[in-house]
Amino acid sequence: MSDQEDDIILSELNDEDLVAQMFDDLYDGLKEEIVEAVNLLLGRDWAPYRVLTEALVGGMTIVGNDFRDGILFVPEVLLAANAMKGGMAILKPLLIATGAPRVGKMVIGTVKGDIHDIGKNLVGMMMEGAGFEVVDLGINNSVDSYLDAIEREGPDILGMSALLTTTMPYMKVVIDTLIEKGMREDYTVLVGGAPLNEEFGKAIGADAYCRDAAVAVETAKEFMARKHNRMAANA
Amino acid sequence: MSQPSPMITDEQLSAEGLELRNHGQVLLIACGALAREILALTKANGWTHMDLQCLPAIFHNEPEKITPAVKAMIERSRAEYAEIFVVYADCGTGGQLQRLCDDMGVSMIAGPHCYSFFEGNAGFEAREELTCFYLTDFLVRQFDAFFWRPMGLDRHPKLLDMYFGNYTTLVYQAQIQDPALEAKAEECARRMGLTYQYRFTSYGDLAVALTSLAD
Repeated sequence: MSDQEDDIILSELNDEDLVAQMFDDLYDGLKEEIVEAVNLLLGRDWAPYRVLTEALVGGMTIVGNDFRDGILFVPEVLLAANAMKGGMAILKPLLIATGAPRVGKMVIGTVKGDIHDIGKNLVGMMMEGAGFEVVDLGINNSVDSYLDAIEREGPDILGMSALLTTTMPYMKVVIDTLIEKGMREDYTVLVGGAPLNEEFGKAIGADAYCRDAAVAVETAKEFMARKHNRMAANA
Repeated sequence: MSQPSPMITDEQLSAEGLELRNHGQVLLIACGALAREILALTKANGWTHMDLQCLPAIFHNEPEKITPAVKAMIERSRAEYAEIFVVYADCGTGGQLQRLCDDMGVSMIAGPHCYSFFEGNAGFEAREELTCFYLTDFLVRQFDAFFWRPMGLDRHPKLLDMYFGNYTTLVYQAQIQDPALEAKAEECARRMGLTYQYRFTSYGDLAVALTSLAD
């Protein structure tokens, strides 16, 4: 997308062109350029939340759409994610310090027996980009690991991920335990992973199956909106 | 079963599959990655009543294509055969392939993946190896075509840790003893930054399953 990368001096671009260039650089997975551009925008008194939403999330939305449409593939998405991670590392502490709006809180991890975390990491990053606070439990999580995190963090959403057909049934073990403990209705449960589908999500009692990170973000926002509406109605 | 053309290549098995039909009574609908192993077993045991239809092995990387392709092949072939047997494990279909076979009254080999049934499903499960990456003979030969290039590692080696950072060991499950393949598998482990383990499995539960069709 940006063959003339070497000729472009980011600091010489105006804000609009710089953001457009960041979209290109995210698309091309250029981490160093993204880090430089984020710092430039912050230096021009952009609020961290504005850098996040207008530049990084805007760029990743294009990446996500092209992945969904079969134009980009996993390696390119991972490179873009890696570049965004570079920008997020700068913005995250600033977002907290400036009290940026928080959409909700999510605890997420891969289930017991599963070490495949690419999808989970992408979802976590996109959720952060969408304004969610994300508590990443990492890989190979037991029921106790999820429950401890839920009690400790008080999230709105529990996210579970699995790549293996042999590990995905464990999601039902976690959900059944939440039901047994009378906690199921307190949380939105989202599940994802390559071998899953909507039918499986319904069968195990999840609130929704999310086929990719972009869908996870939209679904999470939808459930948060419903929650707020319920709370408003009950107020 | 008619004998395979000596010209059949792994590239053909990957992209196109293989059709070896000779008016047998049993049709094996299989992954192209298993073609050589199935042919070795049918030849060694004289199972001339088994025909073989392999689907493209590259479906390994796109498991959502497996179930519809198997379904189409069963529908196309069931009138011609007394029995159809599906030589795919679950292979990342999330149980959909098993449900299809159940619905269509067709049997399939048990197991989550070929590297489970090659070792023997019970033994494989008992090991509980979370952090192992498995290669079979076919996957060693096709390592670059199935993993390295599709994952973009030829172009972006920095992605290696994102893909394999949680793995510790590459296990080469050998179906035949071949020093050249062993050397290549060890080289694959080195490229991935994993420790290497060699495990000779021969054909494991694949042999058991096909033998049951011969009775």
